Amino acid sequence: MNIVKKKTSLLNFGLSELSIIYPLLAFIAILLFNLVFTEGFFHIEIKNGHLFGSLIDIFNRGAPVILITIGMTLVYATGGVDLSVGAIIAISGALAAQMIRPDYVKGILEYGDQTSLIMVLLVPLALSIILGLWNGFLVAYIGVQPIIATLILMTVGRGIAQLITHGQIIVFEHQPFQFIGSGFFLGLPFPVIMVILLFALTWALTRKTTLGLFIEASGANPLASRYMGIPVRVITTLTYGFSGFCAGLAGLIITADIKAADANNAGIFMELDAIAAVIIGGTINGGRFSMAGAIIGALIIQSLTTTIITRGVPPQVVLVFKAVIIIMVALIQSKKLRDQLSLILHSGDRPS
Amino acid sequence: MPDIGNVLLEIRGLSRSFPGVKALDAVDFTLRRGEIHALMGENGAGKSTLIKVLTGVHKKNSGSIKLEGKGFEASSPMDAASKGISTVYQEINLLPNLSVAENIFIGRQPMKGFNIDWKAINMNAKKALVKLNLEIDVTLPLSSFSTAIQQMVAIARVIDIRAKILILDEPTSSLDMAECENLFKTMNRLKEEGMGIIFITHFLDQVYETSDRITVLRNGQFIGEYKTAELPRFRLISKMLGKELEQEMVSPGNTQGDTPARKEPFMTLNNVEKKGVLFPFDLEICEGEVVGLAGLLGSGRTEVAKLLFGINRPTGGTMEIDKRPVAVNSPRNAISHSIAFCPEDRKTEGIIPDLTVRENIVLPLQSCRGFFRGISRKEQEKITDHYIELLKIKVSNREQKAGTLSGGNQQKVILARWMAMNPRLLILDEPTRGIDVGAKAEIEKLIFRLREEGRSILFISSELEEIVHTCSRVAILKDRKKVGEISGENISEEKIMTTLAQEGTGERL
Repeated sequence: MNIVKKKTSLLNFGLSELSIIYPLLAFIAILLFNLVFTEGFFHIEIKNGHLFGSLIDIFNRGAPVILITIGMTLVYATGGVDLSVGAIIAISGALAAQMIRPDYVKGILEYGDQTSLIMVLLVPLALSIILGLWNGFLVAYIGVQPIIATLILMTVGRGIAQLITHGQIIVFEHQPFQFIGSGFFLGLPFPVIMVILLFALTWALTRKTTLGLFIEASGANPLASRYMGIPVRVITTLTYGFSGFCAGLAGLIITADIKAADANNAGIFMELDAIAAVIIGGTINGGRFSMAGAIIGALIIQSLTTTIITRGVPPQVVLVFKAVIIIMVALIQSKKLRDQLSLILHSGDRPS
Repeated sequence: MPDIGNVLLEIRGLSRSFPGVKALDAVDFTLRRGEIHALMGENGAGKSTLIKVLTGVHKKNSGSIKLEGKGFEASSPMDAASKGISTVYQEINLLPNLSVAENIFIGRQPMKGFNIDWKAINMNAKKALVKLNLEIDVTLPLSSFSTAIQQMVAIARVIDIRAKILILDEPTSSLDMAECENLFKTMNRLKEEGMGIIFITHFLDQVYETSDRITVLRNGQFIGEYKTAELPRFRLISKMLGKELEQEMVSPGNTQGDTPARKEPFMTLNNVEKKGVLFPFDLEICEGEVVGLAGLLGSGRTEVAKLLFGINRPTGGTMEIDKRPVAVNSPRNAISHSIAFCPEDRKTEGIIPDLTVRENIVLPLQSCRGFFRGISRKEQEKITDHYIELLKIKVSNREQKAGTLSGGNQQKVILARWMAMNPRLLILDEPTRGIDVGAKAEIEKLIFRLREEGRSILFISSELEEIVHTCSRVAILKDRKKVGEISGENISEEKIMTTLAQEGTGERL
């Protein structure tokens, strides 16, 4: 009985029924390709109690994108989008570096007293959350279209980051802070640990409380949700605030990893990777979201990048591959296309 | 103009079906030159389908349309306009960012070589508007003018196309009295020039003020064509609602609807009003009482419901719950006062189609409890199963998407959602629209049950029979104003219709 059912809905399978089958298959396909063609791709070795290898590297390199993907998924489920995450990454990183080396921009190379790690983490994260909440306020209370509201910060944000660093690239040394970007914990790179923690936290917040359901309801039908007493505006604002938090975290990781704050290039175009990951993962713009699917989406993008680079293809071509994947997913997601296809397959009469 | 009175448009036996509904069933319609012809009928009567078939939005299934004696078929509204049938829709579909003149001439701009002849456009636009007694700067963007003027611009556009037939679909719903007068004058002039006008409105007074003939549709069927002067209001309403009043109506009796003793009031409205939407309004809803709101479409029934539920805020008057003054300023607040609302528009305001039946049912209960005090999955399933059984909701399983259910079952899901909240006041706005007879009977039974439990119900329906059958008190609305209240033995379809048919004061918001 099940087999018959699957046959008739093959085209819609995995999208209308929200499943992570498609992204998972794509991810496995990329891994299989590497198994055959890339030597030592699956090789993981332990050096000094730390795990190394291409697979670990995908997770490690992909950590910032995965982090902002987690926030983006919730925003996307409310029917919005957050273009400002790349800019927030730059701001958060710039602020952290500036706090570590406050006089660097004046040309003084001495550090002074070492800034406490707590402050270096908390202040940029707090600012990131405020910036995210600002986006949410514009969308939920003022009624600005999400793409426009977050475009404002996307544009202005890099300027703010530039102001913080006075247009310079602040390089620094700060052992405890660097640990966030390049340290190891339980044998795993610390960014990977952060991804696991944030994923677990978000999963618990959305799926162990009713928040996830409220987000989906608010996105799927805001009016009906309001009539049911769901605080749609508050929820929408909170998702943007959370997205800002995720971006702030990603900004800290990137900055700690390269031991420098580059206001111009940190996190640039990363919002687009995150949006692509969310879409590949099968989250509906305004409705059901799949956190696991989105993370697999982010891993697909990262493994694609790693694969191409390890095979010696010029990195510029990576963008073309990404584009092809996104076009394919967009086509599968188009209801019109699916309807057309099923019309061709079962040429039945369709009421207008 | 010669030929006035000649048949211009002749529709015979026109049918159009949609999956599951016969929207038009062998409808006849005749429009003569120099005539304003009102097309009347309640929601779902087939008025808009008729217009859409005529203007090429939908294809007809069978029947014939003749324009000036020749077969007529439009492939699109654009095509219909070029063949002489122009339509002004209720929602103004012009381009707000373009100038008034551009709006009038877009798509047929006079050219001067490769350039648009702006001088000609502006001059001709001015001329077209002067014809409608409107002198405005035609170079300003359309959005800088009031809705009324935008409506006139829409009319100017079609008149300028030199239409043979002008269709006005609810053109007056956003106009004030003076603007209406202006529009009627224009309509009369066009009529004298030999144009045939099809006029759709739900304001009865306007029908009697302007139209020469009336065609009544009901449930997609042709009821009849009448000369306006020969059809009393009372008869018109009875035709629209499908009640022949000549024969003594055997009402099922509202024995069930009687309240033996006056009970404690749950909610009281004193002079509650909303400027531009609703005139000051009094209403008392007692515990264990079913209060009906009767009136034609657009009479303000839904507006009352939305004020009670805090979706819209009143601009004046006071509300009391349990004799204590309250301000219900949001749905969330209304829910905390134990008020529930089943909206008229199930699709956009009620159901969340992408979520499951279970989620749709437990959502208000959840939102009441907040984020962290979630209802366990087991409890949710228990609640859902309980209401699926109680209301006989037809689902394959409780995790089925609510959007895949039939209209009646979606309605039951919404009812279940609110019943799970145990509300003290349940507002039902057209709960039986578009659902089958069996489901209707079940909903009625449910209303009686809730009443027995001491809950209050505000029941809004276009079907007088339902109102008479279920309510123990009925407030009658007309043109956004309460025009009467009847209770107990006095409730009858006839009484409601007589009240509705009384000459309007002509007062407008």
